Amino acid sequence: MFKAFLIKYGEIAIKGKNRYLFENALVAQIRHALKAVEGAFQVSKEQGRIYVEAVEDFDFDETVEALKRVFGIVGICPVVILEDEGFERLAEEVVNYLRSYYGDCEKTFKVHARRARKTYPLQSMELNAQLGGRILEVFPGMRVDVHEPELMLHVEIRERIYLYSDVIPGPGGMPVGTNGKAMLLLSGGIDSPVAGYMVAKRGVKIDAVYFHAPPYTSERAKQKVVDLAEKVARYAGPIYLYVVNFTDIQLYIYEKCPHEELTIIMRRYMMRIAERIAEKTGSLGLITGESIGQVASQTVQSLAATNEVCTMPVFRPLIAFDKEDIVTISKRIDTFETSIQPFEDCCTIFVAKHPVTKPNIKVIKHSETKLVEKIDAMVEEALETAELIVVG
Amino acid sequence: MEIYLDNSATTQCYPKVARRMCELMTEAYGNPSSLHHKGIEAEQALREAKRLLAQNLRVQEKELYFTSGGTESDNLALIGCALANQRAGKHLITTAIEHPAVLQAMKYLEEQGFYVTYLPVDADGIVRLSDLEEALCEDTILVSVMYVNNEVGSVQPIAEIGELLKSKEKPVLFHVDAVQAYGKCVIHPKKLHIDLLSVSGHKIHGPKGIGMLYVGEGVKIRPLLYGGGQQKDLRPGTENVPGIVGLGEAVCEIYTDIAQKRERLYQLKELFVNGLLKLEGTTVNGRTGDDSAPHIVSASFEGVRSEVLLHALEERGIYVSSGSACASNHPSVSKTLQAMGVKRELLDSTLRFSFSEFTTEKELSYCLKTLGELLPVLRRFTRH
Repeated sequence: MFKAFLIKYGEIAIKGKNRYLFENALVAQIRHALKAVEGAFQVSKEQGRIYVEAVEDFDFDETVEALKRVFGIVGICPVVILEDEGFERLAEEVVNYLRSYYGDCEKTFKVHARRARKTYPLQSMELNAQLGGRILEVFPGMRVDVHEPELMLHVEIRERIYLYSDVIPGPGGMPVGTNGKAMLLLSGGIDSPVAGYMVAKRGVKIDAVYFHAPPYTSERAKQKVVDLAEKVARYAGPIYLYVVNFTDIQLYIYEKCPHEELTIIMRRYMMRIAERIAEKTGSLGLITGESIGQVASQTVQSLAATNEVCTMPVFRPLIAFDKEDIVTISKRIDTFETSIQPFEDCCTIFVAKHPVTKPNIKVIKHSETKLVEKIDAMVEEALETAELIVVG
Repeated sequence: MEIYLDNSATTQCYPKVARRMCELMTEAYGNPSSLHHKGIEAEQALREAKRLLAQNLRVQEKELYFTSGGTESDNLALIGCALANQRAGKHLITTAIEHPAVLQAMKYLEEQGFYVTYLPVDADGIVRLSDLEEALCEDTILVSVMYVNNEVGSVQPIAEIGELLKSKEKPVLFHVDAVQAYGKCVIHPKKLHIDLLSVSGHKIHGPKGIGMLYVGEGVKIRPLLYGGGQQKDLRPGTENVPGIVGLGEAVCEIYTDIAQKRERLYQLKELFVNGLLKLEGTTVNGRTGDDSAPHIVSASFEGVRSEVLLHALEERGIYVSSGSACASNHPSVSKTLQAMGVKRELLDSTLRFSFSEFTTEKELSYCLKTLGELLPVLRRFTRH
């Protein structure tokens, strides 16, 4: 019976003069998300509302699922749209609507009418009272509760009349593309896709960089990262994934630097390379899935040591999350199953038995001086040979 | 250059087989159960294939059943026979080095109240007859032993086991998983006193999705699937005609000049093994002479992780398999190598090279040369 959805958005509404920018971005994101859904949809902005209207047959559940992945949406209301054929007809339709949507109709309710078209003969208050009266007449089990109704029936009088009563929660956040772009360091693990998801939720467009180390990491490990990027792209929109060959740099560090420092120095070079790509491609920050204390390279000291090489802000949305909470989100956004596939990533292949957990930046910097002969050329080479995969 | 040395995983389909199958899918596509000409045409192709396959194994046509592959053949043989014969006993015997299709089916049967003895193997990966003899008891109804081990190529004493079981007063069924042996060894189940024999199409340059189970006449077995009565109700479902015909053609092709092919493979194996042993820190697992499978070589490379070496070889166009599918956070170390008593530190340093009749001396020399170059480099960078 539903042919349309009213989209409720939250924070956007308070963005003052920039509001239209946010609304336009939301409309664009909704259109993008619905491309994958069967059927054709019209997305329109009208008097501070966004409507999604199906212009042909469509799959209700699939459409709702797609809309639930659009950041910026707070609620999705399935709407019945009626032509205005007089009050009597409207009252009949309201009864039909309640009967087919709620069946037994034993609830407390409230009618919330809104007369946007001021030429309509009844005022909002009159509509509330008269429709409410009709409902009480027809459904003996219904009771009015104006304070905490179980069922809030919205009746909006516009060119046509809109009926809705259900709000399906959306993901919240802000439309992607309204808050600049950042570069996600994507590994094959559980955390980084979640980090990307969370920052994208704040309206940030995401690019990603993956470091692979053939033959130490396999083609399947790379495919896994592409798969993860695809999962994140379902929320964040298309992702430009840069695949950097890290083998030579890794082996060079392995040969020249103390083994316990390998991971830290390696991560410092990953940050440097990610920042270089970010600068070149218009990202304003880096995103990592780091969380304090999770592994040796994520102690506060280690984080300080890796952070030190960047001038861009590094967003670490999971910094204070417990692993369990991260896992919960990864399951919800459907990256978990992919993340736990057992392929080795480049962070673990040469990991020392006892890596430093409290690196001293001065010591690390000194170790890095042993790399001066070749490292710059190697970094340039890695940047030049990075492969771009557009995902989503 | 592409050098495919993973023929125990799967093989290239003979182009001739693929062409014939294409014909059967696009032209003679009838359902062999249909009454009209289109059906009869398909049925004839199926019968001809069956005739060839029966001839190859020297068994009766009615003793052959087609399945979806080696796994299904093993499952049907073990579960089907165990359930059908459980009144005679609840004890099953197999080896510690079987393919998961056997081991997991056994695990399922254990859950169903059967008990299973897993025979150990010696350092060459071969079961001892004395162990089998000791394990046999009044309650034993079935023994399942693979012909050729898929990881190291050890050949099991199938004929001796057949003799031993036949000599017993109480009949014990003998199942042989011959997936790795078929197409490399000449197998006549009746002569070997085998009651059930599993084979697969795609290991012998045939198609994937087809397998066969020989069930000797009189063997009590019940189906795993229920349906429309095909294959005497033991394995119902519309016959996979292209697969069956493809299997038949592949068998004819692979067994043509089989003696010469075997001879040639053994020569290649000898050459390859000798080359491997010249490489520092390299050992070959199991036997390597003509008392082993002609097409499988398992080698361990000290101080190198198998997956890394595998990918490094892959970069040079050489495809092999790691002796154990092993990842750092998911250790599933090879049961066969463990059962053979291979040193712990070598378990994750083992590769399997498996040949086909298309493998050439030149390819193997290139592989040896590449290994010689890669090993020292990879050994420089290891996990500490």
